[in-house]
Amino acid sequence: MNERVVLVDAVRSPFGKAGSLYSQTRADDIMVRTLRGLLERNPKVLPEAIDEVAIAAATQTGDQGMNIGRSVSLLAGIPDSVPGYSIDRWCAGALTAVTTVSGAIAMGQYDIAIAGGVEHMGNHPMGEGMDPNPRYLAEKLVDTDALQMGMTAERLHDKFPHLTKARADAYAVASQNKTAAAYTAGKIQRDLIPVAVRSVELGWGMATVDEPPRPGTTVEGLAALKTPFRPMGNVTAGNAAGLNDGATAAILASESKANELGLGIKAKLVSFAFAGVAPEIMGYGPVPSTIKALAKAGLTISDIGLFEINEAFAIQVLSFLDHFGIADDDARVNQYGGAIAVGHPLASSGVRLMINLARGFEEHPEVQYGLTTMCIGLGMGGSIIWENPHFNGSSAKVAK
Amino acid sequence: MSDLKLPQGAPEEVVTAAHVREIDLAPFGHTGTLSLITLDNGFDHNRPNTFGPNSLAALNEAITVAEASPSVAIAITGKPFIFAAGADLSGISFLSDTKQALAIGKLGHDVFRRFGESKKPTFAFVNGLALGGGLEVALHCKYRSVASTAFTGLPEVFLGLVPGWGGATILPKLIGPANAVQVIILNALNNNTMMKAKDALALGVADVVFEPSDFLENSIKFAASVLNGSKKIERADHTKDEAAWSQAIAVGQGAVAKKYGGAEIPQAIKALNLIAAARTNTLGAGFDAEDIDLASLAMSNPLRASLYAFNLIQKKRKKVEGAPKAALARKVAKVGVVGAGLMASQLALIMLRNLKVPVVITDLDQERVDKGLAYIRGELAKLVEKKRMSAESAARLGSLVSGSTDKAIFADASFVIEAIFEELELKKSLFVELEKIVSIECVLATNTSSLSVTKMSEVMTNPERLIGFHFFNPVAVMPLLEIARTPATDDITTATAVSIGKTLKKTMVIVKDSPAFVVNRLLTRFMGEITDAIDEGTPPDIADAAMRPLGLPMTSLELLGLVGPGVAHHVAKTLNKNLGERYRISPTMQAFVDNGVKSFYLKNESGVQSINPAALALLKTGTSPSTAEQVRIRALSALASEARMMLDEGVVSTASEIDICMLLGCGWPLHLGGILPYLDRTGISEEVCSQRFHQPGVASLA
Repeated sequence: MNERVVLVDAVRSPFGKAGSLYSQTRADDIMVRTLRGLLERNPKVLPEAIDEVAIAAATQTGDQGMNIGRSVSLLAGIPDSVPGYSIDRWCAGALTAVTTVSGAIAMGQYDIAIAGGVEHMGNHPMGEGMDPNPRYLAEKLVDTDALQMGMTAERLHDKFPHLTKARADAYAVASQNKTAAAYTAGKIQRDLIPVAVRSVELGWGMATVDEPPRPGTTVEGLAALKTPFRPMGNVTAGNAAGLNDGATAAILASESKANELGLGIKAKLVSFAFAGVAPEIMGYGPVPSTIKALAKAGLTISDIGLFEINEAFAIQVLSFLDHFGIADDDARVNQYGGAIAVGHPLASSGVRLMINLARGFEEHPEVQYGLTTMCIGLGMGGSIIWENPHFNGSSAKVAK
Repeated sequence: MSDLKLPQGAPEEVVTAAHVREIDLAPFGHTGTLSLITLDNGFDHNRPNTFGPNSLAALNEAITVAEASPSVAIAITGKPFIFAAGADLSGISFLSDTKQALAIGKLGHDVFRRFGESKKPTFAFVNGLALGGGLEVALHCKYRSVASTAFTGLPEVFLGLVPGWGGATILPKLIGPANAVQVIILNALNNNTMMKAKDALALGVADVVFEPSDFLENSIKFAASVLNGSKKIERADHTKDEAAWSQAIAVGQGAVAKKYGGAEIPQAIKALNLIAAARTNTLGAGFDAEDIDLASLAMSNPLRASLYAFNLIQKKRKKVEGAPKAALARKVAKVGVVGAGLMASQLALIMLRNLKVPVVITDLDQERVDKGLAYIRGELAKLVEKKRMSAESAARLGSLVSGSTDKAIFADASFVIEAIFEELELKKSLFVELEKIVSIECVLATNTSSLSVTKMSEVMTNPERLIGFHFFNPVAVMPLLEIARTPATDDITTATAVSIGKTLKKTMVIVKDSPAFVVNRLLTRFMGEITDAIDEGTPPDIADAAMRPLGLPMTSLELLGLVGPGVAHHVAKTLNKNLGERYRISPTMQAFVDNGVKSFYLKNESGVQSINPAALALLKTGTSPSTAEQVRIRALSALASEARMMLDEGVVSTASEIDICMLLGCGWPLHLGGILPYLDRTGISEEVCSQRFHQPGVASLA
């Protein structure tokens, strides 16, 4: 009952802008295609050998409903005998799908599992169908800002006045530039599964690259953008992730099963943790969750050689880096850029962080440990620490 | 190209747009882009893409855009579930001159052949249904992928046309004569059978099959692998093997002769000639020949009658003429079937399979009941064996059927139908007995084929609840259901009967209760003329050949053998009594019945038919033999006069209801339009009734 969990492979659909690339394509179809693309490139993983299909979505109605984990599994042609479920932790859906199936693998209950997420924010705008309990406000459980993600980002700026809009904009431009460079080098495309997109007006098309990136973004350009959440605010469309559509999927397995089947190993799970903060400053969540995960692993922040932090908002990354004394432009952080450039289809993003980290591990055999972390609405953070299977140095420290 | 207008009177074309988008091939293993043309008429799959003049112009424009693009290849695909369902037939019925018809054919060729003649490799990604011109546009392309769920086919010969937008010429060259005859002739004649993807692959129509969930992605990957040379598609040269062509054509001719009883069916002859010519023809010469054939067929009466009949079948399937409001129908929670013979058992089975409610059968003794139940359970087991029903469904249905010798089990039934011996007094007393058992809400029905439903109802306490419910044999296969209302039958009863018929997936015609309703009345009248001619001294083979030019599914005497002289003679006697002397009682038939002779023909074990000597021995030598021509005119005249009488009597309210009855109740071919369009176009209607049944242009050239 104590198996090591490994990431075998992870892929994603190209991400689209809500109301654009995938506006006439269903969320479940994007997820199905991503899932099939993942299985196609992992022929040694026989579909009937999968023990679980855990798929996240933040809004679980319509084309993201019907227990989307089970539904997309059937639609993808995975045998009836393979079970599936849906999972929800808002933005950290796919991340939670990974930790949940990993827990079961570690306990020896699963050998191989799929974890992923999908969000079609064009079909399901944030907050769709939300009905907050009146007690939240009546009893002042949270401030009104807590349910508006942009407001929570503004609150982080309030809390950390030295993390200025200028720093946030500079960070955002860097994210765009890193993504553009990664695209030019062909680093992102490797893990994208092309998805057919329907358009009654234009005919069938093929999504092969991310739609949101804006290469050539400048600090001057960002400075001119409106601050939609409050007058004289700091958060803009330029230093935040957009509203996006997309899906991700990963194969996780016990190390022994991976070795038995001769599967590739892209990362080994070391530890994970979730932690809560005040809902009004939800972007700060990765700080306590990372502290917890490091403690579980017996590691310190200096042991982490690569960081993949979800860029829901630049300020949220900056507050994390600031806490741990890491520079805004530290090369270890989001080496291919992040959600500000490629987009953040809520529940799908967790696995995208792992895709990038796994590629980072390949490129940096000198790195032993990496971190994937993200903030979560209503005040949480989630963190997973991974070990690089390609590590070729002498161990500075061995995780617990 | 754009100067081609729809003929006057034709409904406005639903235009299928052709969008072009460039697809980057880099993620699929090739450099450059592919110009992908999507056919989409903007409606969902219930209104498939079709090709009328404006749609062809749109496709032409899209090909021009794709050719002008720097793309390395061109592909064409459809909207969800549909590739394209072929030519827009709605305009064809309005074509008024051959030049117009020629122009339509040529327009299709001029556009489609650009896929075959392009310098860029061309691909068809057949994502869904592709019929007729829809499949032909794909055949012009160099390569084809087909979705595993897509049905494809060339139904032209079934409809009275030839695959004249390239299909008849390209297909034999591509997949060889035998396979082309299979697709163009045999499938079309076999109830318009479509190919499943695996058939299309095996026959060579498809190069590759992909599952629908990522069909387009895999099709583009396939295109990239053909383009980069990693995948080679080999094409055989079929043109050298002359013997194979003659053999294939002979197979086709045999199938046509069998299907239409030796009649000359112009579209089949033309299609076979086009296939034969394809061996040595250039594509261009083949396309020209297709244009000429298509134009001559389009401007022919049989095609107009076929299109009329085809549309009639589609329309009548949905709408029942004269049906009361559907909301009046009572819910059917349990069905009773009186009788456990073969007909009754078939009725019970079809009710069970479609209504999925408890079905109870009764008969005089337990042995007959058990036999009926065994038949039903046996049929369910066969369906499971053929994988047409799951074991669970069969178990469910098996548990819903039961039987008894005591009619008390009908007490809580909502619908009881009888299929006992055809004898009026028996049926009358049955309904009196049933009324004492069933609730006041229960609808009662008789499956009589020739007795008066009205007379049965006259002895009932609640005659408004009785209705005629007349199926055709075999019940599961024949699509027609005649519903006979008596003057007393109320709307609730009729609505309930129609609702049941809909659930049974039958096409219904509501008739006024009258002897033998529509189908049997016309068939008996016409058969009477054939047997009369024999009684008068016409040799049976001459009499039997009389109807050959019509292309009926079986000869008159084969039909007699199928129905059985006993039943046929019984019906003839009933009609003689109820409708008059024009229904004659044939001494030959009487002799058949008396001597237990079942048919004019015998079939040996290998299915070869020969004259039955026992039948010949019973023939009286009449003194005034007729020629086949005379017999045919006489039989057709009888049909015309009887049909006119039925309309005058109000048995049905429209001529097209008579046509649908003959199309679906007898399986008479589309090119007759049922029967009345044929009687009109041969001049018999006007000769016999001094008027046509349909105005010119409805089911004929205007």
